[in-house]
Amino acid sequence: MADEQNPEGSAAPPPAPKPAAPKPAAAAHPAPPKPPAVMVTTPWESDITEALKERFGADITEFSTYLGQNFLVAKPDAAIPILETLKLELDFDYLVDVTAVDYPKRAERFEVVYILYSFARNERMRVKTTIADGYSPATAVTVHLAANWLEREVFDMFGIQFAGHPDMRRILLPEEWQGYPLRKEYGILQQDDAWVRENMGIESGQ
Amino acid sequence: MPEATFLDATELVINMGPQHPSTHGVLRVILKLDGEKVNGTECVIGYLHRGVEKIGENRTYQQFAPYVDRMDYVAAVSNGLGYCLAVEKLLNVEAPARAQAVRVILTELNRIASHLLWLGTHALDIGAITPVFYCLREREEVLKIFENYCGARLTTHAFRIGGLQYETYDGFEEEVKKFCDWFIPKVDEYEELLTHNRIWVGRLKGVGVLSADECKEYGVTGPVLRAAGVQWDLRKAQPYSGYEQYEFDVPTGENGDTYDRYTVRMEEMRQSTRIIRQAVDRIPSGPIMGKVPKVVKPPVGEAYVSIEAPKGELGYFIVSDNSTQPYRLRVRPPSFVNLQALDCMVRGGLVADVVAIIGTLDIVLGEVDR
Repeated sequence: MADEQNPEGSAAPPPAPKPAAPKPAAAAHPAPPKPPAVMVTTPWESDITEALKERFGADITEFSTYLGQNFLVAKPDAAIPILETLKLELDFDYLVDVTAVDYPKRAERFEVVYILYSFARNERMRVKTTIADGYSPATAVTVHLAANWLEREVFDMFGIQFAGHPDMRRILLPEEWQGYPLRKEYGILQQDDAWVRENMGIESGQ
Repeated sequence: MPEATFLDATELVINMGPQHPSTHGVLRVILKLDGEKVNGTECVIGYLHRGVEKIGENRTYQQFAPYVDRMDYVAAVSNGLGYCLAVEKLLNVEAPARAQAVRVILTELNRIASHLLWLGTHALDIGAITPVFYCLREREEVLKIFENYCGARLTTHAFRIGGLQYETYDGFEEEVKKFCDWFIPKVDEYEELLTHNRIWVGRLKGVGVLSADECKEYGVTGPVLRAAGVQWDLRKAQPYSGYEQYEFDVPTGENGDTYDRYTVRMEEMRQSTRIIRQAVDRIPSGPIMGKVPKVVKPPVGEAYVSIEAPKGELGYFIVSDNSTQPYRLRVRPPSFVNLQALDCMVRGGLVADVVAIIGTLDIVLGEVDR
């Protein structure tokens, strides 16, 4: 009986719903022009960029604006001196956030992003730098104390070690945890099964 | 040589939490004590880590919206507003005026609810039992408005990318106005109970001082920063959602101590009521949803958008690769960054004050750990 039902069951469903659903979606899609695959930025020019250009020259490769938000891209070694100059001379005295973005296909896979704010200017900007896996960028704790936990979280999630950080340990995950969850190759269901078995006494957390 | 006994130890290391009623969740603080004096602390966090940012990369923009409510679950509406504004920024659309006004009303009501929960639990930590009952009673009225509006009380998912899903219900304006009229005398009542209470003042004045410079150094925002005398509020500094139309004051303190943070938050509840009254009186008519495509695919790019959440600056940094899911979604949580200043605030103080200082920071561990 099972043999009779099986060919029937597997033959019946595919023709009915499957081809019907994707067709209208596929027809609707090509209509709008494809948006460009890169971020469409405009150059950013102000007294800040002038001062930084004079000071750092070729160490800063880009000054751009996207959606009215300014950012610069700097070489990794220059990031901390730039943060220091911005803090001491240009009033960017509040480090809002430090985070990273993983682009595994690029040669320098991580983009480290520092978000800054100036109370005096009421202005925001981002300092970005790209680094390869295994490279240790200098810590920003020497400039902003706020960087301490933020960099620990970046280390926890991406495995980027910040050189000179006073306490470079994991912060949200257990210290013995293996793997860095926000890397792109880390699956959404993946976890450190050995750790879970050992510490939770269960086979799997899933 | 006599053996050193336990009592000879100059420094005693003890654990506070993760199961401790006054840590407001699962926060573990390792205290290094010299008698009653705190020599240093170390926070152990992450007990509530759910990988919200990873989930964000694996859900579509609309699917992820309910998740943000579960970070600062005491102020879910604020979380939702920040997220919607961030995606709207990437899409380069703006919510219609009517949606913006309703958003302001609900967000400010949520600020009141969040501050009420803070006041109740903070007072409970200090030893004042009564205020928590009063605060929860008033908070209930706010939650009823949320329930009437969208069916949920806590994790509301009140807003959608581009505007609102629901029109306001019949009698919404009247109910909100009634709440405002009823609520202001209640704030006076709390103040009568606490503001000049000798025990309250004694426990809070001069405790956990964080100066303006220290706040900026640690990235501390919200009422904690304002209590240190910095008149900075994102609703004023970089208005969003039409906040520039409303008249309100940004209260500040002078000493940056626990007492000032208390007075700042009390005044903020009054100011929120003031904003709500103005907004309710002039909710414009019109659509509640902007022109947002059914499938949200922002162009390649990135944006950082932040709002003044009840606890401080709540920011979303989203990187889009023109797909239906964020390429990277970073949440800048105020509680996480503010908690970092705990060590600076308790060092050199008394162990009993640690409880007061954790309370005054107003952290929510769901947001710290994400």
